Formats: sequence, structure tokens, C-alpha cells
Amino acid sequence: MSFEPKILGFLCNWCSYAGADLAGVSRIQYPPNMRVIRVMCSGRVDPMFIFQALQQGIDGVFVMGCHPGDCHYLEGNYEAEKKFDMTVKFLKMIDLDNRIRLDWVSASEGVRFGQVVSDFIDHIRELGPSPVSGENPDENLLIKLMAMEVAAGTDRMRALVGRERKLIEEENAYGELVPEEKFNEIFDSAIHDEYIRARILLSLNKDPKSVKDLALEIEIDPSEILENILILKGRAQVDMQEIVGITPIYMRT
Amino acid sequence: MAEKEDNGIEKPRVGVFICHCGSNIGGLIDCKKLAEYAGTLPDVVHFEDNLYTCSENGLNAIKNAIKEHDLNRVVVASCTPRTHEPLFRECIAEEGLNEYLFNFVNIRDQCTWVHMKDPEGAYAKAQDLVRMGAAKATKLEALEKVSVDINPAALVIGGGVAGMSAALNLNNQGFTTHLIEKEDQLGGRLRSLHKLFPHDLDAATLLNEIKGNVEKASNLTLYTSATLKEVDGFVGNYDVVIDQGGSEVKLTVGAIIVAVGASLFVPKDLYGYDGRTRVTQQELETKMKNNDINANNVIMIQCVGSRNDERPYCSSVCCMTALTNALIIKEKDPNTNVTILFRDLYTPGTDYEETYRKAREKGVLFIRYSLEREPVVEEDHVKVYNEYIGEEMIVPYDLLVLSTPLIANDDNKALAQLLKVPLEANKFFLEAHVKLRPNDFATDGVFIGGAAKWPVDITEAITQGYAAASRASTILSHESIEVEGATSHLPELNKSLCTGCEVCIKVCPYKAIIKNEDDEIEIIQAVCKGCGVCGATCSQQAIVIRHFTNEQILSEIYAYGGRAV
Ligand code: FES
Repeated sequence: MSFEPKILGFLCNWCSYAGADLAGVSRIQYPPNMRVIRVMCSGRVDPMFIFQALQQGIDGVFVMGCHPGDCHYLEGNYEAEKKFDMTVKFLKMIDLDNRIRLDWVSASEGVRFGQVVSDFIDHIRELGPSPVSGENPDENLLIKLMAMEVAAGTDRMRALVGRERKLIEEENAYGELVPEEKFNEIFDSAIHDEYIRARILLSLNKDPKSVKDLALEIEIDPSEILENILILKGRAQVDMQEIVGITPIYMRT
Repeated sequence: MAEKEDNGIEKPRVGVFICHCGSNIGGLIDCKKLAEYAGTLPDVVHFEDNLYTCSENGLNAIKNAIKEHDLNRVVVASCTPRTHEPLFRECIAEEGLNEYLFNFVNIRDQCTWVHMKDPEGAYAKAQDLVRMGAAKATKLEALEKVSVDINPAALVIGGGVAGMSAALNLNNQGFTTHLIEKEDQLGGRLRSLHKLFPHDLDAATLLNEIKGNVEKASNLTLYTSATLKEVDGFVGNYDVVIDQGGSEVKLTVGAIIVAVGASLFVPKDLYGYDGRTRVTQQELETKMKNNDINANNVIMIQCVGSRNDERPYCSSVCCMTALTNALIIKEKDPNTNVTILFRDLYTPGTDYEETYRKAREKGVLFIRYSLEREPVVEEDHVKVYNEYIGEEMIVPYDLLVLSTPLIANDDNKALAQLLKVPLEANKFFLEAHVKLRPNDFATDGVFIGGAAKWPVDITEAITQGYAAASRASTILSHESIEVEGATSHLPELNKSLCTGCEVCIKVCPYKAIIKNEDDEIEIIQAVCKGCGVCGATCSQQAIVIRHFTNEQILSEIYAYGGRAV
């Protein structure tokens, strides 16, 4: 049997959902693979929803909003874009970024709605089933996805995304603009760090481990693990459990 | 009464109603089977299929089922919430259920209508959607709408014909009305016009009559040389500050009407425009008023600076303006040659079409040109490629008139930001919905009329002024109104999570979130429009978006994905 992708769409009430309705009224035909969750604005789409959908084994997630400048709530779609971009950055690490898409469809673009949905379905069909779908999902990838969700949910990441537009387009508390490259640098390193920290936390949730064991599991340098463990200790999320021989064993607090 | 769960919360008892919508849904998928499937879902205690769930019979079926099966959640799978949600909400409310305990599943517009050649695929999709919808329904919470008091006063921005019409209408209904005009006198674009189509009414006569009415109006205060400086508050309670020649006037109004009109595009660098022998239609009208035309050959060029890449829209008034002015010239001296170079002529309705016919009868010449081969203006003649005969023509002129479009005012952006309302691509104001709410903004209590929203002629500007006023009066005529309950919310329990990072304040487009005197984040429900951006942004995930909570949305995701969590 040919592969029928399982696709989830988040549609904002005012433009894309209305566009989808118009496609119906105009009897535009497209394949039935996408299930829709209606939200009032694309800016409501919390990255958590996308990570959760992927963990559910859904093959592709489509977020749709009003065209730039047309958001019913003025600028919600710009906020949506920032959140989406961050999600893409995380998913790039595990090559799942091409399973999510963001696009704009207006209330009058019934034909276009059918087109972009068909395109996305074709695209996912070509990619094949998600590696975390089906009966035997790639457990390692699932753990990574989970860690990304945790990382994206940290107050640091959320505050960064929430402030991004103001920082780049307006100014910070000291009345200065942050240049975009500079911001991206901070942002990318935050993504990397928070992801590693989330991996450590998830791993320690199961059982206490040494730095070396963590490094093996997460596949990064032990020195970086140690660095992050110290930060997590500072945040009171990790503590030393015991010292076995000369090796400290860490646990969740 | 429905049994309580251990935590004291009522256990969900969901009723699912599958609508055939005649044959629109039922013709493609088996609605009976779908209803039976719904019956197998968690917490669904009643299911049925109806020929038309929105019909009298269908609504009664819902009401009966609520009584009979003690339902506390209702799911209807049918057309689209965008048209029918209010009806079903009202229906369950009549049976005593909170209207927010209703959930809509779209299996027509977004399913059977778009998968007509794939009934199996459509059925599978409908099944998933019903499962997701029922799952969300179990998580729905009753919400209360908030009631806000209304100040029975209005602010009208713009003293042109639309604004004056709106203000007079409100005044006549007995509402205290404040009209502000940025120029030092009333009239707007009407001041620069000569004769008004279709019946050549004198613009000055009309203006004087309306102005006279404004001056006589007893509840109406006029502020000229005045602009809007600050706006705060929400529907029924807008605190505004007006700047009138440097001094401030503070007002509290219940509704605001935007009627700022539009500006005329000046064709600098186009067709040798010089404001003397090569003029705009508006300058021609000034000349006419002053009886200052002595030309033997008049050429008018239409669509100058419009319907092109930069300004893709049709300004809608220029065809009729050109025809009217051409006729006036012809009537004054039938020997004057008048040639109109056009791309397409738009004269909707009998009166306007009649004007066109009359112009032809009187000998006005029409030559069609195309955007690809625009006319070339020389010292005393125009070279134009005539699309109909496929030949270049040379037409002499001593007066060249350029029909330029109405464009958005320069200060629209600043006003839009003050009022928190959107502009469209050409910087005109954008209404909430082109068909359903053409004179409203999405922001409650703020309305729009006239050329601020799109180029319109005087008749239409007046009509829209009245329309905006009547929309405003639907609010002003109440002592209080209820506003949306599905808003952002910071639950008491979550307050301790808040670290005061203020990201929510930054992303809220409506200033609905503030830091109050106790230095706590406070969400003003009456101002919130429920977009949900703050909830998706809050760094501590402390803010709850009612009716679209994380839990509710996740329940839909899980119901689709099907993996245990
Ligand atoms: S309402 Fe469509 S993106 Fe905001």
C-alpha cells in the first residue's frame, strides 16, 4: 500500500481557516491527509504543539496564518514566524525541519489553500513516513524530540523568542538596537546549550549518571557536559548524588 | 445532575450530532456510521445524525438530548464555525448550558466538499476530526462574558463628508458627539470638487448644507485644526486626548469612528504634469469653478498612476469624474474637442452608465490605450497607440487633464498605531471582514467609513458615514455590553509562576496586559481579543488562553496522533 502521510494543520480563524472554507465553497479538490486544528491566530501556535505532534508520530505539521500585515490581531503572524523559526532551528539538528512548514493564506485564497496543502502533502509523501511514526519509532530520535520540547520550553528560550522582534526592530532597555547577526549568535548558542541541558535532565530523570556516561549517551564532549551540569546545579535542577571511586554521580533534584 | 469526578469537576457527558447537510455531507459519507463511531469515543454518552442539525428539528434534537441524557458538552459536526457557531451556542444556552461548552467540527467545507472523489479518505478524515472535536469538548470549560459600562458618547475622526454624515447621524440619535478635523475647516475633499456626479449637484451647495447642519447640531462639538494624540481604554470607555493647536482636550467616549478620507495622488514626473496646462482633475475643477478654462482641445488621460504595479487598485471615482467634467466642458462650448484616453471605463449602475452614453452623444472622443503602450505627451500633442484600430494617433491639446487616483493619507499609519487597527497593502484602513463586518474594525468599539477604507465617491462616503454611525450606535445605545469570554487569563494559581519578565506586555497588540499598582501582571479582559499570542509566549507558561488552552489543543493533537501520553 502506498504511504498516506498523516498531516496536522494549525489554521488561524480569520485568514487561513476562512481560506480553507472558501476552498470548500468553491469545491476545490485536494487530498484528504490533513486534519485541522483551529486557533484564533497563528501566533497562538506554541512550539510545544509542534514538538508534541511530531512525538505523536505525525508525519508533517503545517502552520498557516494571514499574510504579513493582514493578521486580524495586527502582528500575531510575525510572532508566529519567530516561534516557528526557532522550532525549525531545533529540528534541523535531527533533520526533521523539513517536516514542518509555515505559510500564509488569506480568506480569499481558496484556490491557493488547496494548492499549498496539496504541495505539502506531496512533499511529505516524498519524504516518506516520519522516523518516529508507526509501530517501531526511532526511540533515540523521540528522546531528542522530547529534549527539544523541554529546551524550547525553558524560560530562557521563550523569553528570547518573545523579545526577538523588539530587540531587533526596536531597542533594548539601554535604548540600543541589537544587530540581527548578534542576536542570531546569542540565539543559536542558546538553542545548543538548552538542548544539551534538556538531554542531561531527561537522562538523569531515568537514573543518576556520571559525566562520562552522559557524554556517551548524548554524544558530546565530556567537558561540555560538565560545564552544563554546573549550570544546571546553579539552577538547582541537578545535584551530586555520590562519588563512586573518584567519579561523581549526578542526579535530578 | 451529572456525576462529579473525585476532584469535584463534573464528569463530561458529551453529545455528538452529525449533520447530513442534506446531501452535502450525507451524499458522500455515511453519517449514520460516523455517528455510531462517535458513540464509541470516551465520554460520549449520546450520538445521532440529523438531516439538518441547524434546522428547527435539529436544534430541538439537541435540546431534547441535553435534557434526556444530561449532556454537559455538545459537539456538532457539520459546516463551519465561522457561520454557524453562534446558532448552536445560542441553542445550548437556551437549554441552560454555558455557550462555551459547545464545540464545532467542520466536516463539510473542509471535508466532503473538498474530497468529493475520495469518499473513503473523506470518511477517515471526518472520523479523525470528530474524535479530535470530542476530545477537545471534554476539556472545555464554562466561561463568563464580562460586562462593561458604555459611555454614550462618540468621537468621529475626520470632518469630510463621511465624517460629518456619521457625526450628524449620531447627533440626531441623541448621542454626545465629538468631531475632529485636522484642517482649519470642515469639508475634506468635497471642498475641492466642482460638480458632483451623477446629477451635477453643486459641491459647494451640498457642503454648505451639511456644514450648516453640523453647526446647528445640539449634541455635536467640533474641533478644527485638531488631531488625535492619545487613545487608551476599550469599548465603551475610550479615554482620548485631542491636540488642538497645541492645547490638549481630554474626552471619554464609548465608540470611535475613523473617517479620515483619502488624498489625491499628484502625478509629479508623469506626462509632463506642471499644474498649469497639464493638470489633475482636481485642478481642472478649480479652474472650472473660477471660470478659467479657455481651451479648444482637451485631452484627459485615465488611470494615471493607478492600476499598475505600484498601485494595483482602481480608484473607482476617476472615470465618472472625467465623464462629468468632459460633459461640463462640452455643454459650455460644444466646439471644444474633448478626448478621453482610457484603459477600461467603469460606470456601474444606470445613472453612471447614462453619463457615459451622454458623453458619447455629445461627441466626447474615447481612445483606448494599454498599460504596455502608454500615451506619450509632447509639447502640444499626445501620441497614443489606439488599441482598437491598431494604429498610432496624434491628438493635439492645449489642456491636458490627468485622472489620478485617491491614495491613502500619509498619516494613516500613525493613526492606525494609535487605534491598534490594521491597514491593508495600499495603506488604506482594513475592515474586520469585507462582507460580514464592512464598517467595523476587529477592535470593539472602533468603526470605519468612507474613503479612509477605499476610494469612494461622495454618495458612497455619505452612505458609509451613516453605516459607521449606525454600527457605533449598536454599542452606544446600551448601558452596558458583554464582551468575549474566550480571552487570555492569568489564573490565581499561576500568579506565583510569573517572574515579571513582561514579555507578554511586549507582544500584546492591544495593551491588554499591564503591570498594576501591586507590580503584578494584570490582564484586562475587556481589552483582550483572545488572539493567544501572550499564552504562546509567556516564558513561564503561566498565562492560559481560554477556550484554546494548552490542554485543549494538546487533547486534539493526542486524539489525532493516538499515542498514549
Ligand atoms: S489572525 Fe491570522 S495570523 Fe493572526
